[in-house]
Amino acid sequence: MVLEKAILATITTDASKVTAGASIFICESKEEMDKVAANLEAILDGISHALSDEIYIIVKH
Amino acid sequence: MNPFIYPILFGIIIGTLARMVMLKTDYRQYPTYLHGKIIHLALGFIAANLGAVAVPAILEKEYTAVTFLTIAASQFREVRNMERNTLTEMDSYELVPRGKTYIEGIAIAFESRNYLVIFTSLLSTLTYIALNIYAAVIVAFICYLLIHKYMSGSTMKDIVDIELSKISFDGAGLYVDNIYIMNIGLPERQEEILKYGMGFVMKPKNFDVRSTIANLGQRQAILHDISVSLGVVRDSGTPALVPLIKRDLDDGRIGIFILPQEKDNKKALKVLQSVPVLENAIRMPSESSADKRSGA
Repeated sequence: MVLEKAILATITTDASKVTAGASIFICESKEEMDKVAANLEAILDGISHALSDEIYIIVKH
Repeated sequence: MNPFIYPILFGIIIGTLARMVMLKTDYRQYPTYLHGKIIHLALGFIAANLGAVAVPAILEKEYTAVTFLTIAASQFREVRNMERNTLTEMDSYELVPRGKTYIEGIAIAFESRNYLVIFTSLLSTLTYIALNIYAAVIVAFICYLLIHKYMSGSTMKDIVDIELSKISFDGAGLYVDNIYIMNIGLPERQEEILKYGMGFVMKPKNFDVRSTIANLGQRQAILHDISVSLGVVRDSGTPALVPLIKRDLDDGRIGIFILPQEKDNKKALKVLQSVPVLENAIRMPSESSADKRSGA
């Protein structure tokens, strides 16, 4: 089976809002979150979408 | 000497010339120089032969010879398969793929052009035998005009109004005019998109067109054509920089978001206007009997 869309990683500054599922990266600040998300986007060939100011997800399209 | 030799020769030459006229390598880079062209010219030559010998065969009471035409038909269906397979294989390596609908459209065109060749050489040979070479030249010329007229279908400018439009961000949401395109999280990526991106809106001219431009294959063809003509700012592994088309559900307009390497408004508009309307995407809801009854 080929997955059409999948969340590959979650990046957040608020650990209380996410639990299990895809790998979670907890960051100290918004800047760190941007940096981690940019790296993950490049590594995973996914797009980083913003769910809110505290949560980014990397999605494979 | 066989009295039919000149008419047959004439038919073959006219048919092959007709195929040459119909074979154009344009911005789609297809068929490619030189080998791709040879394949089609060779098949055109075979088609011309079949068309040219059909009339003399009937006149010689060799009726079974006509059954060759059915072999031709299956051969040319094979051409369609060949084109479809080649293009589908190649499509996965395109930065902005053509899409299946576009590929099928190209494949249909190649098949039908061979039938046009048969038809042209058949008519010219028939006129040569029935009348004379001068009449045959005139018939060949008329065939050429018809081919030229019917070969090219309509383009986007016939069915939609295209306008340049602003792209903007509302939070993480990317918009072309007021049409939502996608969610871009990273501020860095958003800056990139605002720097390189261009937006256009296509407004359908009538109700039928709405379903045509809503077709995903048609939309992919638009993206492919514009990306080929203006270049595209992306590489493998940058899915956030994929050009996209989304639809406004209220009025059927479509918003086009592209990242061209050459940011030239006039050229972009011209390219968008000349994107072919794909045969397979055309829908005619106004032709349905339900619509006619309610309208009566």
